[in-house]
Amino acid sequence: MNMIEYITLPWDVLGIGALWLILMAFFVALPCSQMGSFLILRRMALTGDAISHSVFPGVVIAFYITGDLSSPWLIVGAGLAGLASTVIIELIHKWTRVKQDAATGISFTALFALGVLLMELLLGKNVDLDLECVLHGRLGLLLEDDRLALFGLMVPAPVLVMAGVALVTMVLLFFFCRVMMLSSFDADLAASFGYRPAVIHYGMMFVVSFIVVAAFQAVGAILVIALLILPGAAAYLCSYRLKVMLLIAALHALLSAVGGLYLHVWFNSNMAASVVVSGGVLFVLAWLLGPVDGVLWKWFKEEVPTPEESSDQVGNRLS
Amino acid sequence: MIQEMSVLASAVDFLIPASGSAKAMMAAVLLGAGCGLLGCFVVLRRVALMGDAVSHAVLPGVVAGLIYSSERSPGVIFVFAATAGLLGAGLVRLMMMSTRLKSDAALGIVLATFFAFGIMWQSRNQQDTVGVMNFLFGNVGSIDASDLRMMLMTTLVLVVTMFFLRRPLLVMSFDEGFSRGLGYPVKLLNGVFYFLLTFSVVVALQAVGVVLVSAMLITPAAAAYLLTDRFDRMLLLSVLFGVLSGLAGGLVSAEVNGLPTGPVIALSATALFAVVYLIAPRHGVLSKVLRTLRRRMRIRRENTLKAIYQIHEVEGFVHEEVSVLMLARKRGLTEDVVRRDCKALLSRGFIDMAEDGVSLHLSRLGWKRAMEIVRNHRLWELYLTNEADYAEDHVHDDAEKIEHILEPGIVRQLEQHLDFPELDPHGKPIPQPTHLVAQPLATL
Repeated sequence: MNMIEYITLPWDVLGIGALWLILMAFFVALPCSQMGSFLILRRMALTGDAISHSVFPGVVIAFYITGDLSSPWLIVGAGLAGLASTVIIELIHKWTRVKQDAATGISFTALFALGVLLMELLLGKNVDLDLECVLHGRLGLLLEDDRLALFGLMVPAPVLVMAGVALVTMVLLFFFCRVMMLSSFDADLAASFGYRPAVIHYGMMFVVSFIVVAAFQAVGAILVIALLILPGAAAYLCSYRLKVMLLIAALHALLSAVGGLYLHVWFNSNMAASVVVSGGVLFVLAWLLGPVDGVLWKWFKEEVPTPEESSDQVGNRLS
Repeated sequence: MIQEMSVLASAVDFLIPASGSAKAMMAAVLLGAGCGLLGCFVVLRRVALMGDAVSHAVLPGVVAGLIYSSERSPGVIFVFAATAGLLGAGLVRLMMMSTRLKSDAALGIVLATFFAFGIMWQSRNQQDTVGVMNFLFGNVGSIDASDLRMMLMTTLVLVVTMFFLRRPLLVMSFDEGFSRGLGYPVKLLNGVFYFLLTFSVVVALQAVGVVLVSAMLITPAAAAYLLTDRFDRMLLLSVLFGVLSGLAGGLVSAEVNGLPTGPVIALSATALFAVVYLIAPRHGVLSKVLRTLRRRMRIRRENTLKAIYQIHEVEGFVHEEVSVLMLARKRGLTEDVVRRDCKALLSRGFIDMAEDGVSLHLSRLGWKRAMEIVRNHRLWELYLTNEADYAEDHVHDDAEKIEHILEPGIVRQLEQHLDFPELDPHGKPIPQPTHLVAQPLATL
């Protein structure tokens, strides 16, 4: 196979399906990338991790009540559970000397364990919230889903749903970007302008829970974390400006989706994981070549901090 | 040497119980102890989620082990998994050193990317990697004698290493630069620490799964952290909590059929934490709330006393008594509220009430405390104007707060420093409660 064939391979194999896969992956990754950028700035990257695990009991309870895996109540239940985990984190680290990282660990493991137990107790073994799906996501099965006609095209239904989620997130972002930026960098200043940092905080957490649940089905619980953190982190290494950072994060989301499709077709591997791996590769590129933090530039300028200095910084951060 | 090893191995075998449920129980207890021990350092170093990152990052190693070892030997899988975990931990540190990214982002990136790589690899070799789900979700029931032997050895190594290295590791957890100054081999110690962490996480994985390893590492240690300020006690308590939750998990899931052990262990640990969170004597929430309430009530009492003193002062100390009505007006509160405040003062012997309940006068103790508060207030105002160049009309609010917490020692220092002043910046006299308690009355 020559170069050209490698590049056209997905389109030869999947036809228009390749487009749907890219669009789906992009619509999942885009809202994640935007909210994730704020999480990075707020040093709350692992809150995404916590939320993606904590939504579990909410989903189980909502499913137990409605008995329908596609019910919108599942999203509400998951959102509430995600919110509960952030409330527990705050309760622990605001009131005691246990730090935020440990509080996060306590909160999400407890909720996750609760979810597993509830699943065993309420649902039993006969109905399984498919564990394979939790790990792998259903992205690869997209092309077997129901399709809806739109402008004469048969679009897979999940693509439309996810496009809706992405749209809602982007609209929210458009209206609240300034407020979120302000309260992320300086909560006190935001408060003095009459905003409510606490409300913004919980609002953001609810939106993150909502996105996580929406993305959950597509890419699985763990890989959502990657989509939340990787674009923002890569963009953070490339720019000092928030707007530029958000743009780069969106670009990262798009490129991971395209790259993921190629990895998926070339290696015949799981689509969701491929998207994340291509996002990981892009992150490594940003790490090496990023205009702000690129390691190569630092070497080039011989501005590499001496080992003592750099590990001192780490030491301060750890202690 | 080999002989000794085999003697040790047979001694270990002697410890391993025969029945399945006893094995599960022993595994849960061992894991509780080992993770409880390590967890203290993890929590103090604020890298609580390192365990989470490592437990997810081992996935490519597990997959490699399942694919490349012909008869899925646990040893090979273990080595591959531990290598992947160590690589992940190393990358986290490297990323934190060379970029502006903080530990949370670095941990998240390694966690998710390694995991995705593992899933991607696993999805290509579905038939070779059937057991991967067991590894990820854990199953105490599937633990056999060889796994248990592994756990025993790990816990033993962990306990011995921690016993000898606890000082340097502790110093390092608080201040890496300082421990380098003390001459500790910081890099080596860090290496040992992360090696032990990865090792224990991989061992614990098979029993409780990727997510709940974090619970075993963090929750007991955090509970212990709320109970004591001494590190050795924290270690012991954390191990105790770990063992207790392990026992609870083992017992409950043996009792109730089909309940998975891992979540029960995690929830028991959480329940222990919740109890400690509420009732821990110094760092618990209830005691904090109580302390705040008590302080607020004391401040309220002292403010009432001060108001009584000020009423006397305005009148030139001519009357012995103050009416409740006047006090209410002075405090800007309703009579009912002031009456309640007075009751609190009465029960502590600061004042005596007249029988009709209309008026009150300060007792000897009350005079002393009231004068102390007023003195503290005025001394502080003077100090701020003289020494800190505050404007006279800016010092009141500050003094209003500090008057309640100035200790006798500091008051003495202030007096000496200000050369035993008699007037505050507003020209009011500073009372001398130590000299003569009834001095104001004597001026009659």
